[in-house]
Amino acid sequence: MDAVIDIRGVEKRYVGRKGETVALQKVDLTIDEGEFVAFVGPSGCGKSTLLNMISGVIEISSGTIVQEGQAIRGINRRVGYLTQTDSVLPWRTVEDNVALPLEYRGVPRAERVARVKRMLELVSLEHFAHAFPKELSGGMRKRVALAQMLVYEPKTLLMDEPFGALDAQLKLVMQAELLKIWQSEKKTIVFVTHDLSEAIAVASRVIVFSGRPGRIKHVEEIAIPYPRDVFKVRFLPEFERAYESLWQELAPEIERGEDL
Amino acid sequence: MDAIDNSAAVAQEPKKSTAVARFQARETRRKWLVAGCQIAFGLSFLAFWQYSSGHLIDPFFVSSPIAVFAKLWDWTISGYLWYNLSMTLFATGLGFAIGAGIGFVLGILFGRYKFVADVFDPYITAIYSLPKIALAPLFIMWFGIGLASKVAVSAAVVFFLVFLNTFSGVREVNPIYIHATQIMGANSWNVMRTVIIPSATAWVITGLKVSVPYALVGTVIGEFMSANRGIGFVIAQASALFDTTSVFTGLLVLAIVGSLINAGLKLAEGWLLRWRP
Repeated sequence: MDAVIDIRGVEKRYVGRKGETVALQKVDLTIDEGEFVAFVGPSGCGKSTLLNMISGVIEISSGTIVQEGQAIRGINRRVGYLTQTDSVLPWRTVEDNVALPLEYRGVPRAERVARVKRMLELVSLEHFAHAFPKELSGGMRKRVALAQMLVYEPKTLLMDEPFGALDAQLKLVMQAELLKIWQSEKKTIVFVTHDLSEAIAVASRVIVFSGRPGRIKHVEEIAIPYPRDVFKVRFLPEFERAYESLWQELAPEIERGEDL
Repeated sequence: MDAIDNSAAVAQEPKKSTAVARFQARETRRKWLVAGCQIAFGLSFLAFWQYSSGHLIDPFFVSSPIAVFAKLWDWTISGYLWYNLSMTLFATGLGFAIGAGIGFVLGILFGRYKFVADVFDPYITAIYSLPKIALAPLFIMWFGIGLASKVAVSAAVVFFLVFLNTFSGVREVNPIYIHATQIMGANSWNVMRTVIIPSATAWVITGLKVSVPYALVGTVIGEFMSANRGIGFVIAQASALFDTTSVFTGLLVLAIVGSLINAGLKLAEGWLLRWRP
């Protein structure tokens, strides 16, 4: 397998009045094609920061991130990014939001309509095509954002706590949906979550970050074979083993975070 | 916590329950009550005016509603009203369009380029603090007493309001939307068209709404100072002749025109901002 994203010696430092603070320290990580990688860690560990650097939204202080042989400088247009906060445009209807990336790419109207329709069916929002985001619940807006990200078929998906705001059942449904898409479309996914069981359920590799300053503390390969059933995966012994091992790495970090 | 299931949203018309029906009935009743009180207030004001004119105060100073409406009727059928009003409306509209257009474009430019904004900030503030009406004599010197000087006055007034509002609107755009659309493949024109302009709309509309009456004021003041046609000219001329009835009629026309323009803008606002929560 080839490396899709190669992170070498990446650091993030913020310069403020009181001097420099290090948010992320010396990260080295290679993400292969078709991998499903999850980042977990206490809040403030820089997992979202790393994702933001891969997407090019924030600058890298030192080190390099190379995607498919090209160093990332400025906004990265070769990924799909599902942000933690609501990024669906409130002044556009659901279908106009989903059509947005296709509009930017100059996809002809007829094709645009067809692809948007297919995407809305995928996230079961076909009855809400003409609704404005204000008429939708938080979970539905997340599904619009998901459709918007998938419609232009990026090979690499970055997701920052995408299902954090959803209720437990819907979360499982969305995880199952995501796994299906990942397998059928052969995507590479980098997934940030604070939910350890979610990380184990979906990812092939879980990266544990330490608290501030953030760095990679532990990498766990999840031995559960795909296709996985997210509804039942929790009861497998491999899941339990992975959870045990990850929790041992994570717990002291979370406790340390509480002390700060 | 947000409701998650689809039934929480309002895409399909739900069946009206009795509680909803009762709520709507109460709202309707209230609306009619307000309208009724508004009409009652207007009528009693007119009655009081009619009574006091002659009984309490000399009609020379306050004229009377009957005389004013008779005059308005006269002006309407003789074409005198439209002859003057069309001039005022045309100057207002043109001044509004020019001022709003320039204000919008510069507001976006300044909002996007912080450096430009920082450089020009003291100058903008200085000119902004001038009463724009004080520019009227200058404009009359430059453009003469014809249409151009009135257009210039109202454009100057409108420009600042729209400019400052557009500027704030652009600065308020949530950077998350800009980043998200850029990652989706938007170039800078796409970002402008699909993010910055729609997001700033609320601010721009506020600027437009506030500036419409000022555009009218600018034109009328220009007409006060020097003109040979227009509602401002009619009022100025009537006051010089101590024709109180015509002064009041002119004022009434301005009030009606201002309300109609505002009502139109409110409709436009409701449609343009229908996406807002």
